[in-house]
Amino acid sequence: MRQRFVDATTALLDEDPRTALVLADISAASFAPAAAAHPDRVVNVGIREQLMVGVAGGLALAGLRPIAHSYATFLVDRAYEQIKLDLDHQGVSAVLVSVGGSYDAASAGRTHQSPMDVSLVDTLTGWTVHVPGHPDEVEPLLRAAVRDDGPVYLRLSEQRNAGTHHAWAKLADRGLRVLRTGSRGVVVAVGPLLDAALAATEGLDVTVTYTHTPRPFDAAGLLGALATTQATDVVLVEPYLAGTSSRAVADALLTVPHRLLALGVGHQDLRRYGTLADHVAWHGLDAAGLRRSISAFLRL
Amino acid sequence: MSLTMTSPADRLLPLLRRVTGDAKHDASAYSTLDVLWVLYDRVLDVAPDRLDDPERDRFLLSKGHGPAAYYAVLAAKGFIPEPWLDNLAGRDSRLGHHPDRTLVPGVEIGSGSLGHGLGLGVGVALGLRAQGLLRPRVVVLVGDGELDEGANHEAIAYAGATGLSSLTAVVVDNASATHGWPGGIASRFAVHGWRTATVDGRDHEALAAALRREQSGQPSTVIAEIRR
Repeated sequence: MRQRFVDATTALLDEDPRTALVLADISAASFAPAAAAHPDRVVNVGIREQLMVGVAGGLALAGLRPIAHSYATFLVDRAYEQIKLDLDHQGVSAVLVSVGGSYDAASAGRTHQSPMDVSLVDTLTGWTVHVPGHPDEVEPLLRAAVRDDGPVYLRLSEQRNAGTHHAWAKLADRGLRVLRTGSRGVVVAVGPLLDAALAATEGLDVTVTYTHTPRPFDAAGLLGALATTQATDVVLVEPYLAGTSSRAVADALLTVPHRLLALGVGHQDLRRYGTLADHVAWHGLDAAGLRRSISAFLRL
Repeated sequence: MSLTMTSPADRLLPLLRRVTGDAKHDASAYSTLDVLWVLYDRVLDVAPDRLDDPERDRFLLSKGHGPAAYYAVLAAKGFIPEPWLDNLAGRDSRLGHHPDRTLVPGVEIGSGSLGHGLGLGVGVALGLRAQGLLRPRVVVLVGDGELDEGANHEAIAYAGATGLSSLTAVVVDNASATHGWPGGIASRFAVHGWRTATVDGRDHEALAAALRREQSGQPSTVIAEIRR
């Protein structure tokens, strides 16, 4: 996904003189050709994430459309106040593109991980959040984000679904896409956890939906999916902090008595290294773990 | 030293008193008053009828707290109506204890949390340059206490390393930093390649001369010392 982001951003810098890119050393080598072609619009501030987001705010104030990019933990967690004040409070916006959310950098340890990035962005107002599940989704989402004027968080991951055989490639549809129908509940799989969610619910009588755009949350889509089942049980399967979208589901189902199981990354710092797949399993987000949790919750 | 035709104290003190409701203190109680007046009266290319002019200079008040002098100068220069000064931070007031750029004409950034203006200023300067707008200056006012915030030093190092010559930092130094700046504030900028000048923050001629120097391929800083 990161390479797709590099290629698409390089093309956007060529095509649109409003596009600017701010880096804090991460991915700078990949953007060297773009920096050589557009030295005024590709800015690498060094290992200075507060400045990176502040500069993005200043570029936006000057009329450009900035993209800022780093590891999620440095881009969002570390520079949170700059996002809040240098973008939102100034009444300007940017496209923030992260890599390494949750535990992509498993072997690097907690200092390089952020499962809480989407929750932090959720404390702000009006942000669109994209969590692509396949590299093919990256470029269209990025292009739409740059074309837009609003604030966008694009969360790229090493985790991905296997193929493009799913019908969800229709990117104009940003809402929940129903991939499988059943009667006992609705599973909402976000981004790269779709394959695991589909495998986990194989043979279970549930509706499975997918989205790469958890914000704004598709409330109407959830209500529509529930209407086709005989239950009001909802399961969130999210590749970031468990419960991140619980409030969005509660808001969507304000007048509908329901039960919710919010699966995602646990709050604990496990203090373990290992691989990405290890962490997925430790947090119960592999197919086997998801099946255990979902079957117990739905009594299937 | 010759004073300008209009004495800022005479002109601004009544406006300041409308903001603060304070009839006791004179102009010397406001550390930023002189430098703000010199900037708006003699340095910045800004005007109330050119709020969106891409060629205007940008003034960013980073040190957003205690903005009474800023509001008084904006009123004196016609950016905001004088009656706005009478209701500071009231429930329907556009003027708060920290300025909001979306509420006050002529205010380029909302500020208050310290250490944000220089980073924003670097971005504005880069953004103007990227659009071929090479004439406007970007002037950021910070306080010596504000420099405690590490984010400033990210901007100082980067702007110096890249020779961002359209950027000027004005540091109002009233010795309010808790642990001080041994070796002087100017040295923090000079070591990163900024051109520096340290002047009496009440001396309008010296301030104007320092603030009007020609661009030289380096960012510049003017340390305006205020004796308390």
